[in-house]
Amino acid sequence: MLFLVNIIVAGLLAGLMYALVAIGFVLIYKASGVFNFAQGAMVLLSALTFVTLNEHGLPFWLCFIITVGVLIVASVLIEFLVLRPLVNRSPDTLFMATLGLSFVIEGLAQLVLGTDVHQLDLGIPDVPLKLYGLQVSDFDLFTAAVSILLVAVLALLFGKTRVGISLRAVADNTLAAQSIGIRLPHIWRIVWSVAGVVALIAGLLWGNRQGVQFSLSLVVLKAMPVLIIGGFSSIPGAIVGGLIVGATENLADIYIGPLVHGAVSDWFAYILATAFLLIRPNGLFGEKPIQRV
Amino acid sequence: MTAALMVRDVSLSFLGVRALTSLSFSVAQGEICALIGPNGAGKSSLLNVINGVYRADSGDILIDDQLFSHPTPARAAKIGIGRTFQNNALFRRMSVIDNVLTGLTRQGKAGFLELAFRLGRYSTEQRIERAQAEDILAFLDISAHRDAIVGQLPYGLQKRVELARALVALPKLLLLDEPMAGMNKNEKAELSQFISDVNRQLGTTIVLIEHDIGVVMGLSHHVVVLDYGRKVGDGTPEEVRRNPDVIAAYLGTRH
Amino acid sequence: MSASKLAGTAHLGGTVSQAPRLSGRRVAILVALILIYGVIPIVGNDYWLNSLIIPTIVMGLAGLGLNLLMGYAGLISLGSAAFMATGAFATFNLLLRLPILPLPVVLILAGLIAGLGGLIFGLPSLRIRGFYLSAPTLAAQFFLTWLFQTYHWFSNNSMSLVISAPRLEFFGYDLSSSRGRYLLVALTAGLLLLLAFAIIKSRIGRDWMAIRDMEVAASVTGVPIARRKLQAYVVSSFFLGVAGALWAFAYLGTADSNTFSLDKSFQVLFIVLIGGSASLLGNFVGAAFIVLTPIVLDILVPVLGLDTYIDQGSIANIEPIIFGALIIFLLIKEPDGLASLFSRTIRALSIWPLRR
Repeated sequence: MLFLVNIIVAGLLAGLMYALVAIGFVLIYKASGVFNFAQGAMVLLSALTFVTLNEHGLPFWLCFIITVGVLIVASVLIEFLVLRPLVNRSPDTLFMATLGLSFVIEGLAQLVLGTDVHQLDLGIPDVPLKLYGLQVSDFDLFTAAVSILLVAVLALLFGKTRVGISLRAVADNTLAAQSIGIRLPHIWRIVWSVAGVVALIAGLLWGNRQGVQFSLSLVVLKAMPVLIIGGFSSIPGAIVGGLIVGATENLADIYIGPLVHGAVSDWFAYILATAFLLIRPNGLFGEKPIQRV
Repeated sequence: MTAALMVRDVSLSFLGVRALTSLSFSVAQGEICALIGPNGAGKSSLLNVINGVYRADSGDILIDDQLFSHPTPARAAKIGIGRTFQNNALFRRMSVIDNVLTGLTRQGKAGFLELAFRLGRYSTEQRIERAQAEDILAFLDISAHRDAIVGQLPYGLQKRVELARALVALPKLLLLDEPMAGMNKNEKAELSQFISDVNRQLGTTIVLIEHDIGVVMGLSHHVVVLDYGRKVGDGTPEEVRRNPDVIAAYLGTRH
Repeated sequence: MSASKLAGTAHLGGTVSQAPRLSGRRVAILVALILIYGVIPIVGNDYWLNSLIIPTIVMGLAGLGLNLLMGYAGLISLGSAAFMATGAFATFNLLLRLPILPLPVVLILAGLIAGLGGLIFGLPSLRIRGFYLSAPTLAAQFFLTWLFQTYHWFSNNSMSLVISAPRLEFFGYDLSSSRGRYLLVALTAGLLLLLAFAIIKSRIGRDWMAIRDMEVAASVTGVPIARRKLQAYVVSSFFLGVAGALWAFAYLGTADSNTFSLDKSFQVLFIVLIGGSASLLGNFVGAAFIVLTPIVLDILVPVLGLDTYIDQGSIANIEPIIFGALIIFLLIKEPDGLASLFSRTIRALSIWPLRR
């Protein structure tokens, strides 16, 4: 029994990491209806920038601030060079554009900052402790705390501030929001920057665990099933989706893996998400759109 | 006389908001029936229920006195219901002739291999459907634009292409959702003439939504008035014009 | 014209008989055919055939497969390489286990097996659309490559999990030389291009585009949506399957599951986006671009004296920047792709001498 609980807990903790990445997608999806494939590349860019600065001896807080600055510049450029010229184009076109964008960001990040694998140590031990028989490390607890804090901050940001209210207006009805004087480019720049900060946090936590390297950008792919299950437009959905994917993936690896002679975690989440789409096309927390014709 | 269309006690709601409330009326064979009513009265929703785009919460649709059960757009097309949309629903990146040809796609019998390798029934069907499409283009006077990309045509012509696509398969029942929206007086007169020709010469039963009362009174045999999803008037144009409920609900709000 | 004539439908229109004449288009096709099947096999040397022409044609064929699905039917896929892998592994096993089958039959069967895979992973498209389709197609990508890697039967229990074609011959004619492989690839691609053209010009292609442009209207018009979507997946995967087999055995010689990774799927996607969605020949332009870019970069960097700043490993990072930026540029400025840009330029050039 404890074994099963441990598998689930380990899965949930891994799922929290997926959720952190997925939150960045949700922000951008809500603001502009785009599935931003480049979010994974943003995770790589931010972690790589941070770790390079850190290796040059800069203190942690300064690295963080400079990286956030880099991400804001990137967001402004993306808005100006990619989003603005493609305004009012189909969601599929925007999806493809962010796919192109992800290749540009990954290429640039690695061209400038190199392709080496960097170790990143946030100074939090990642050694499993025994807590009432559960295998949990300090780092796991830290990740959980950061996730909760992040969700709380985002909820405050989007619930109480002017920008947040504007964002909700844009998500609800873009044309109406524009007509009452909300400037779309401005909202986009802010949302992309916030999504960049979320990417940085995700990048640091992932980087601490598996090193800062190209494969970080691949977490984008796992975010896809997470979002499909949770719903693209819901931050709580991203968390729940992440937890479901993490837990079921771990369970499947332990219980289905041996039956099929291989690790199933490569593909399990995608099959799960596909099955989910067939049953609940809008995810657990997504709103059902009314089709207008 | 059989009813080409009978709507029986149809109700529809979206997330708890009533769009149609126990609506009933019937349209006789060969009639032009106009649906009028203020914006949001549920006219487009009703057309969407009739050809299966929306599923009604309760009630039935009868076509030629036969129950149209489990309506879907595909089944509606199959039993001969043609349809145009309020905002053009054309295939924007395709040519005019290709748009019209899709209207004939379900009459084709040739299988995949016949089509892919140009065997068997392919060439006969190809010739017949080309000719049918050309005829309808000529009838609606848009042959000259045959190879134009639809998205690049002016609005009035697009409306006609959509009508051509709906007409090419010679439907029994044609549903037109504001076919004259955004047209000037001349264009409206011209399209009214086309609609009336279709009705008289092909015997097509037509249900149309229109806001221009002048057009409605001149064109239709039968008018149904909706307000907040309920029927408030049903009769000849003359009867409806005199109906005090209609004047209150519809004409009253407009003037 | 009166509607009574319409109802009578005497159907004579539309059949304008045309005497065969040497139009510019016919001449161009003839020249291309002579060039591709006559001149290139004779004058092409091993380097040109092996490193440039064969991969361009095969990847162009793969792009064609995805373009039928994405450009024409409007269905997004991130898992093209999975169906290439299916074609490659099917070809390997058919050649190995059913030695009596001639190569063309094997390629067709392999394409059909890949098509079956496409049918299965295409089923979700009946309920979902747009970028949501990345889920089932990524499922195909990761599941199918995992399958071929995990079950060693697919690679005939070879230790390295590598597959190589036992024989590449047609009625006793050995196709393993670079010229033979070129002819195999060029003939297959030519025939499949013809097939794609016929499908696109038929009711099927029209219905695909109608679904792409507006699905609700297509269903109201009477397009059989489900059947057409599944046909799109089968046809697309058939093309990808054949391309995968050619990539493995006519270009690389050997292959394994990693040959058909997600990166390959993205390459195919780029070919479509660069060559132009809803175009047939554009795929070969896009493929040429993908194949040539790394080669040109390798030559250009030292020539421009940039090699002191950029080391060999970094050149690999320039490629994704170029592809990504080009895709964004084309989506903004020229959604019909490079091919349309080229053909406009060529048309302008060909009219130019007549103007004088």
